[in-house]
Amino acid sequence: MTVSGQGPVSFNRDIRPIMSDTCFRCHGPDKAARMANLRLDLRDEALRPNRQGLAPIVPGNPTQSHIIQRIFSGDATVMPPLASHKVLTASQKDTIKRWVAEGAKYEGHWAYEPVRRAAAGASIDGYVPKRSPEADRRTLIRRVALDLTGIPPTPEEVDGFVNDASGNAYAKLVDRLMASTRYAEKQTMHWLDAVRYADTAGFHGDNPFPAWPYRDYVLHSIHENQPFDQFTREQLAGDLIPNATARQKTASAFNRILRVSAEGGLQPKEYLAKYAADRVRTTTAVWMGSTLGCAECHDHKFDPFTAKDFYSMKAFFADIKETGLVADKGPAAWGSQLDLATAEQAAKRRELRAALDAAAALLANGRGSEAGVVAPEQAAGRPGLAAANTAATTLANGRSSEAALLKRNESGELRWVYQRPVSATAGRATLTVYNDEVPPMANTPKLTRPGDGLVVASGANPENETYTITLAPGAGTWSQIGVQAVQDESLAGLGVARGADRLMISEIEAELLPEGKKLRFVLAASGVKVQNLDQNPMNAIDGAAATGWGGSPYHDGVLPFLALRLSEPVATGAHSRLVIRLRHDTAYRRATAGRVRIALSPGLAAPAMDPAGRRHEAVDTGLPASVAAALKKSADSRSGDEKALIAKVLDWTDGSRQELTLAWTRAGAALDAFELGVPRVMVTEATTPEETRLLRRGNFLDESGPVVEPAIPAFLGKLAVGGRATRLDLANWLVSKENPLTARAFVNRQWRLFFGVGLSKVLEDFGSQGEWPVHADLLDYLAAEFMDSGWNRKHVTQLIVMSQTYRQSSTGSSDLDPDNRLLSRQNRLRVDAEVVRDIALSVSGLLSESFGGPSVRPYQPEGYLTALNFPKREYAASKGADQYRRGVYTFWQRTFLHPSLMTFDAASREECTVNRSVSNTPLQALVLLNDPSYVEAARVFAQNTVRAAGTAEARAGWAFRRALGRAPTAEELGILADLYQRAMRRFDADPSGARAFIEAGDAPVLPGANAVELAATMTVTRAILNLHETITRN
Amino acid sequence: MQTRRAFLNKTMAGALGMTALDQLMAKGVISPLHHSPKAKRVIFLYQAGGPSHLETFDYKPRLAEMHLKPMPESFTKGQQIAQLQGKPLICYGPQLGFKKFGKSGQEMCELFPRMGSVADEVCIIRSMWGEQINHDPAHTLMNTGSILPGRPSMGSWALYGLGAETEDLPGYVVLMSAGRGGQMQPIAQRQWSAGILPSKLQGVKLNSIGDPVLYIQNPAGMGEGLQKESIDAVGALNKAAYQSLRDPEILTRVAQYEMAFRMQTSVPGLVDMSKEPASVLETYGATPGDGSFASNCLLARRLAERGVRFIQLYHRDWDHHGGVKANVTLKAEEVDRATAALINDLKQRGMLDETLVIWGGEFGRTPMSQGGDGRDHHIKGFSYMMAGGGIKGGISYGATDELGYAAVEKPVSVHDFHATMLHLLGIDHLRMTVKFQGLDARLTGISGEVVKDILV
Repeated sequence: MTVSGQGPVSFNRDIRPIMSDTCFRCHGPDKAARMANLRLDLRDEALRPNRQGLAPIVPGNPTQSHIIQRIFSGDATVMPPLASHKVLTASQKDTIKRWVAEGAKYEGHWAYEPVRRAAAGASIDGYVPKRSPEADRRTLIRRVALDLTGIPPTPEEVDGFVNDASGNAYAKLVDRLMASTRYAEKQTMHWLDAVRYADTAGFHGDNPFPAWPYRDYVLHSIHENQPFDQFTREQLAGDLIPNATARQKTASAFNRILRVSAEGGLQPKEYLAKYAADRVRTTTAVWMGSTLGCAECHDHKFDPFTAKDFYSMKAFFADIKETGLVADKGPAAWGSQLDLATAEQAAKRRELRAALDAAAALLANGRGSEAGVVAPEQAAGRPGLAAANTAATTLANGRSSEAALLKRNESGELRWVYQRPVSATAGRATLTVYNDEVPPMANTPKLTRPGDGLVVASGANPENETYTITLAPGAGTWSQIGVQAVQDESLAGLGVARGADRLMISEIEAELLPEGKKLRFVLAASGVKVQNLDQNPMNAIDGAAATGWGGSPYHDGVLPFLALRLSEPVATGAHSRLVIRLRHDTAYRRATAGRVRIALSPGLAAPAMDPAGRRHEAVDTGLPASVAAALKKSADSRSGDEKALIAKVLDWTDGSRQELTLAWTRAGAALDAFELGVPRVMVTEATTPEETRLLRRGNFLDESGPVVEPAIPAFLGKLAVGGRATRLDLANWLVSKENPLTARAFVNRQWRLFFGVGLSKVLEDFGSQGEWPVHADLLDYLAAEFMDSGWNRKHVTQLIVMSQTYRQSSTGSSDLDPDNRLLSRQNRLRVDAEVVRDIALSVSGLLSESFGGPSVRPYQPEGYLTALNFPKREYAASKGADQYRRGVYTFWQRTFLHPSLMTFDAASREECTVNRSVSNTPLQALVLLNDPSYVEAARVFAQNTVRAAGTAEARAGWAFRRALGRAPTAEELGILADLYQRAMRRFDADPSGARAFIEAGDAPVLPGANAVELAATMTVTRAILNLHETITRN
Repeated sequence: MQTRRAFLNKTMAGALGMTALDQLMAKGVISPLHHSPKAKRVIFLYQAGGPSHLETFDYKPRLAEMHLKPMPESFTKGQQIAQLQGKPLICYGPQLGFKKFGKSGQEMCELFPRMGSVADEVCIIRSMWGEQINHDPAHTLMNTGSILPGRPSMGSWALYGLGAETEDLPGYVVLMSAGRGGQMQPIAQRQWSAGILPSKLQGVKLNSIGDPVLYIQNPAGMGEGLQKESIDAVGALNKAAYQSLRDPEILTRVAQYEMAFRMQTSVPGLVDMSKEPASVLETYGATPGDGSFASNCLLARRLAERGVRFIQLYHRDWDHHGGVKANVTLKAEEVDRATAALINDLKQRGMLDETLVIWGGEFGRTPMSQGGDGRDHHIKGFSYMMAGGGIKGGISYGATDELGYAAVEKPVSVHDFHATMLHLLGIDHLRMTVKFQGLDARLTGISGEVVKDILV
């Protein structure tokens, strides 16, 4: 809509939007699409007569102007042509005619004109003279608290503000809110949408990548109010800043957190083109408020951006080290990364590594014979290890241990005997033993061999579970117990576990019956390839429920095998029973074994050194075939790998090395456990720039286009740099005063956060198809303030929230200006998805506030991720305080965003989003009514309510005030009290229902609570959390 | 254009009742429709993973003759290739037999005899082609007409244009089933996203495990009676707020809670197929609760009966890089009977004329072999089957070259396909647009022509 109905016609305000929509497609900047050689976006062109001598526009003379004749034509010559399905309204035609009559004055497009500085003493309110009165204080504090922090005020804070008679009560409130870390969390939420931050890769398998330290960077930058120009440089080019700090490098993750693909069979060039185009779209939308995306294939139809501009922008990013196919597992996964160990962590790491190296050296000395402790590449830069290798080679003492090993292997002393359990039970799951029977299998191709001792879990699938497997080994003496995890396609947890994305056995216990003797383990080892940092085999015998051994072996076809050495051999008789307990008590939910076999070994058999894991044979010889073969070779004909393998096997089987091996293994486990806590993040690493060519029609197969150099869009100027311009040059230009777009784009988005709509409504497109800002002077005033204050983000925010325009009531009349573009009142806004969650958590008292850190996983419906694959996934909700973190910390799975967030319009962040839509749907009702997070919030809210007040009315009133910051009216109180009474009657008749209702969620139930009363109160608090007002700021 | 909010602001002060509001919300934006529609709804049997056209609908005797001979370079030079990049390209003849079916003599793989039995109802398009050779972007193109995330899916567009016909179910429903072959590519939620259209137009997935619709189930211990009383109390409180604020969004919220409750009561009955006659279950090959493609076909018919506008069934497991013969055989067992049963069932109920049934995936597969017995992704030519809703039955349309490589005769692009689908629904694809980033975004991007020859 336009501001003025009368007065002179303005090209930018009145004409450009019409022409852009109806004329420029064929008579605009795109030369390929231009018809009749006529261009209407430039005055000189529009005035020049054509070959027939007809002048399109004759200033001051509409009747002589050919375009006027055509647009008023009543026949088939009418413009725009019928086939375009574009029709000019009568008023639009008149406006164009009037504009020609007034002299056809053109203006440069507003967004590309320099920012106009306002006169001294200008203010937001000066631009918005017609306003409503200020909102009442209860409304105002809730509004400003939700807008600035995303957390509603407590009743105490509301009362404090309402009763604060000082003149600067509001200013104090704003200062307090903006200084809080909550402010940074709320602002970060919006920035993350713009830069399409997520925790997963987005294409295809959509696997998690290390990104969250970037979110921490944004949180701290905003909290510290880092100037936006520096914030910009660090994100686009943190790695190029001289002597870049870890923080600046972390910021450069901006270039890496885009959607990337690990799909086999992709064509690298195609995806490199996709990645580059994403960066251009994101950068230009966020910093320039411009849509360059279409220029990937052709010159822009409506704005002066050319295809060459697009590829010149793309060339800035051509130095980013990356591959088209992005590995999502293995050592090369996700490319360049930064280790973010703190100084303290770095010291600790040195200490742990030294201890490991020392243990390795001792072990090497103990070994004597075989060359080397570890592979030479592991020893590089590790003096302790290198020394150990040297010692190992010089202290050769013959091959007696090797010979003995071969002999023991051949005698059967090292064999693993797979056991056929006599029973297998679990807490809630059903365990079935398959001996001679063929177990059901989902694998393709199907194998039809008998289970041979396979234990299969089915039925109930609790989060934690203990399997008790009883063996009847018969007479024998055993030194080791082995656990083999068997894969099957049917298992949701990477084919190996019943859920989660891994198998995690926290502890393994063994007991000899009938003696009742608990057996002790001293050492654990496992297949090499399945071992992740958090799955160290020693975790299974460390007595700690939090840590475990397991694997995420999906797709590599191995059978994870864990070998446990007993502290002393155990003798069994014909009637002995060995009871093996597999505990799954880690924080991973349902990381429970789907299929396992148990094996025993009489001697010190080799663990699963074979990288393929230990294949199942009813009796296997003990030494993997590869090891036995290597042993039979002469020492000097063995490869390095073979030597290392033999050394490891000997460490395990040679009794004289037991203590040394133990110390070395423990040191390794300690280092692994430590490394888990060291954050890592993908960062930008610069390399020699790839050649960038203009791709005709965006086709990556067509390499015939000209080579382009990095450059800003030509019509906006030229960078004055010697040599090839860099990302840093681009960043510097974006935040230079020559560029009018960055400041306008930022303040326009910032405005939207506090009014629900930008001053120019189309936040990502300032071009001619966007909207001429309703208050163009106000937009420029704020843009100038932003730049002149040193790109001070909080300054701009403060100007906005301190204004009377912001503080006015939202209840004014709406008839004349239904969309309120003139800002004669505030708008009522439904809060953002994350804030819907934050409100429920904070009102209920569940909210766990800690600033920053890794992403967390709120409860999510089972089966929500079934359409994901590579690997299959099941979700494991966070436990403890992490379950109650703010929405901004939610694990952002791009292809399957948490359904509650998605339902409330959170962006999937597959693509830069600067303008979330706001919907109002039945699915939102279902979320607030039934999502366990909200049911649990209602319950804890009720527990606090019950503690604070006694009667139905008092409870309803207390809870209402806590959620909405105001007392209920008599009518509202009546409705709630009535609901309470109804719930009391229903739960009185159904006490078990009441008990079930109050058990929602992980949080502890109030001890000694009366279930019926609590359930009734919870019915009321649940209703309150469902109110439109609760999720609205007025 | 007057916004809905503006309209409500003007009228709501009067006494526009809830029912009127509901109707208002259900209405499509293309009103009246651009032309008289042939189809009222769409059932899209989406075969995800990329079915081999060469073992389903497109018989190539010449390819059989060329079996194990090098693929002529004239076909493949400069073309996109997926997993066969850098590998020798060897012709791989059709692995399954073909037969002519029906009076029309339509040629189909002999392992699909029941689909063959409805050959005279269906149109086979043998000249589809696409632009994206990897699953994720190819799905996105097939569903949204674009490869950039954020564009509305075709179901959302249909709902946007036509509105909903049901007040207790979503207007756009997505069902998913897994094949027994285990070659299951992931499918992102973006495939049924409303993108830049209002989110109420997004597809709602009906799940076969857990709650059929997310959060449709009351919390444990919360009975239906108290749930209703709770929703009534929330409604009464919201209406009280409306009395003082006059914000139409509040009334919308009240209406949405009422619709949520109606969904809670209607969805369990909808998905409970235990009352379907045994003969019907037998015809489809469905076992209630098994979440199979067959069960989903039957569910699709039930959804269609209840007025759902766009029903999309994904059947995953068509990514046959290896063992194409064995795997297509397995797929045929899973889909042949149910697909035919659905078409027959709709016909018997007089609904086929107004229901557009579509069968196809995100791309086809190479005439070249992969790994000795499989086929790689292929976008230059593949097949689709359509029936009902204004489609001419018993015809074939278009053709690939003699080796089944490229669509050479009457090629049909994804945009053409979308244009045709919208046309059948009464919508001119050129005239259903929304403003986005300065463009008039539409399902068909910047191209697309209605395939007139396949229309009744």
